Amino acid sequence: MAAPVSACPACDAAALAESTAGKGYAGNGGEAKRIMLSLPQVYCAACIVGVEKGLSTQPGVRSARVNLTLKRATVEVDQDVEPEALADYLTGIGFEAYELDAGALMATETDKRSRELLMRLGVAFFGMMNVMLLSVAVWSGASDATRDLFHWVSAGIALPIVAFSAQPFFKSAWSALRVKRLNMDVPISLAILLAAGMSVYETMHSGEHAYFDAALSLTFFLLAGRYLDHRTRAVARSAAEELAALEVPRAHRIVGDGEEVVSVADLAIGDVVRVTPGNRVPVDGMVETGESEVDRSFLTGESLPVFAGPGDMLNAGEVNLTGPLTLRVAAAGKDTALHRMADLVAIAETARNKYTGLADKAAAIYAPVVHLLALGAFVAWLVITGGDVRHALNIAVAVLIITCPCALGLAVPAVTTAASGRLFKKGMLLKSATAMERLADVDHVVFDKTGTLTEGAPKLENLGDHAEADLSVALGLAQGSAHPLAQAIAFAARGEGMVPAVLTEVREVPGHGVEALWNGQQVRLGRAEWVGAHVLGRTATYLKIGKRPAVAFTFTDALRDGAKEAVTALKAGGCGVTLISGDAEEAVRDVAFRLGIDDFRAGMLPDGKVAEVEALAASGKRVLMVGDGLNDTAALAAAHVSISPASALEAARVVSDIVLLGKSLAPLGDALLTSRKATRRIKENFGIAATYNAIAIPIALLGFATPLAAALAMSASSIMVTLNALRLKVGK
Amino acid sequence: MNVLVFLIPVSIFLGLLGLVFFLWTMRSRQYDDPAGDAQRILSGIYDDAPPED
Repeated sequence: MAAPVSACPACDAAALAESTAGKGYAGNGGEAKRIMLSLPQVYCAACIVGVEKGLSTQPGVRSARVNLTLKRATVEVDQDVEPEALADYLTGIGFEAYELDAGALMATETDKRSRELLMRLGVAFFGMMNVMLLSVAVWSGASDATRDLFHWVSAGIALPIVAFSAQPFFKSAWSALRVKRLNMDVPISLAILLAAGMSVYETMHSGEHAYFDAALSLTFFLLAGRYLDHRTRAVARSAAEELAALEVPRAHRIVGDGEEVVSVADLAIGDVVRVTPGNRVPVDGMVETGESEVDRSFLTGESLPVFAGPGDMLNAGEVNLTGPLTLRVAAAGKDTALHRMADLVAIAETARNKYTGLADKAAAIYAPVVHLLALGAFVAWLVITGGDVRHALNIAVAVLIITCPCALGLAVPAVTTAASGRLFKKGMLLKSATAMERLADVDHVVFDKTGTLTEGAPKLENLGDHAEADLSVALGLAQGSAHPLAQAIAFAARGEGMVPAVLTEVREVPGHGVEALWNGQQVRLGRAEWVGAHVLGRTATYLKIGKRPAVAFTFTDALRDGAKEAVTALKAGGCGVTLISGDAEEAVRDVAFRLGIDDFRAGMLPDGKVAEVEALAASGKRVLMVGDGLNDTAALAAAHVSISPASALEAARVVSDIVLLGKSLAPLGDALLTSRKATRRIKENFGIAATYNAIAIPIALLGFATPLAAALAMSASSIMVTLNALRLKVGK
Repeated sequence: MNVLVFLIPVSIFLGLLGLVFFLWTMRSRQYDDPAGDAQRILSGIYDDAPPED
């Protein structure tokens, strides 16, 4: 039975799929192929079952396994199975799925570093527990030979384990010291090494206090923080790689009579490439043959398609809509308009790299203070005791151990893990480590229009204005074309239950429209100039029947799911909202009005957008930029923090700090709240660590610290910090 | 205190046993998908032998 425990709409498919699932398919004898699918929306037990059982009903599938942590499925199939077909099937039964390039994902599959850290963590835990057992005996009164024996056994366990488990800290500290810097790992390494070294010395001289347990628990707690941090980033990185894998930059080059598929990087100026309808133009070039319309919205934000015929220049990134085109390459690779945009981005990005995270700020204050304190304690006690080096050193080590940043080391990773896990569940992916802190600062949001607030797909708005006969002719013409406007007409007319008129000699004229004969009259649906109509100042297509004057079908761009909620939530969060678009004034005003945005600018060029964002920043605002197009990339990079939807062009996603994996914009509001909460928790954690140090440091300085006190204080503060971070997971 | 001669090795051996088990769970990739494993127990379908009847 499938689990009846879910509110997930797609999960109804689970029961269906289950009934048809039989014995596993063993394959056709050939070598198996591995396919990776990205599943941004799975989140429940029934989703897992639905996807796995659903996939196993497909021909050629040998096994399927969903990884919910990475929101991804690994499928073993026969050689001849196409990943696209599986992704389409899953999308069909209600689970959004995208094909991934398995080659690019191999790197994350063997994530050795994460397992290495986990191994060190496990070993440190083993050592900590064993030594702690022995230490308890010492604390409860073992003396003389027994105590020495216990200390020796502890040393035997602790020394090799410290040497193995604490390596990440030693390495990091060493690399910082080599370039004459101090990072958090320097006091950590020093404390671990001194604690172990002094304990060995004390043991050899039958001393009373040995800090082996402290050295190990320090290593353990800090490794835990390090592991959490790494794990969070690994999930983000693998998902980011997935997105990169979604796009494969290839071009069809014409050679002699045939054509070959080559990588865009291999194209040279003067080559001729073919661009079929529905595909992105790979290079800058001049149209040689063919006529079509191109969608420039990714480059400029214009929502109206533009006519392209022989002699017209096209830019890389534009989408060919109707007819096949051949282009002579005018610029490829680094010289394309696309790359010039990238240069703008590079300039904008340097400003942002100066941001220092809270953890680094804390470390910068903490490390020198601790070292000075320990040194001060050493010197002071040397003077007080009149040259007792051993006693003075003991106290200095106690200071180092007790102030050691156990809580500080966990304060940031514990919170970011909890918060980014929460955001990932809602379909948001944090790409950069400090994105959360920067998002929490935001007080102004700039949106792009086309493809961000809107779906970038037209919707027919004046269906009711047309006579039924006109509509049925329009439907008949529209269903013969793949043009987005034609498809929008067909979709709307079918929705009204229209029957297409019987047409003969239907012919698509690429770049212009569709024409046919209807009851002996010529009928045309297409661009204004072609049918002979007045051009309206908005997205429209025109229908002409015989000699009658043409009628216009006008379109609006449908708002993206959740756009309204996002804008409302951001405003409620105290942010100003601005809409900046490269599109025409009227279209922009319409969207702004529908979403309740008062501040909007139309017809903006890419550098205009950057200037706008920079002007806001100069007036003291922390700007969040949300955009998807190439024309937004520079502005995305210039903003304090930036978000792009997964449907955005790769260039835009690369410069964004956060990527929205699902279709809806609704998680934006929640992201803002979560990030603010998370930053508050981080600061609280620093507060906890500081309070604890304020109590512990004087005790250590006065020489009253014992290994027992150190162990108690260390564990207590680490657990408190972690629990405080976990508060993010509960609650709304 | 002679009992310590046995007890200390025994306690270390037990600890080592735990460590070996941990390493085994790690090598058999049991920490790769914690979120998925948490959800899978809710489904009545076993993804490993023995299959349900």
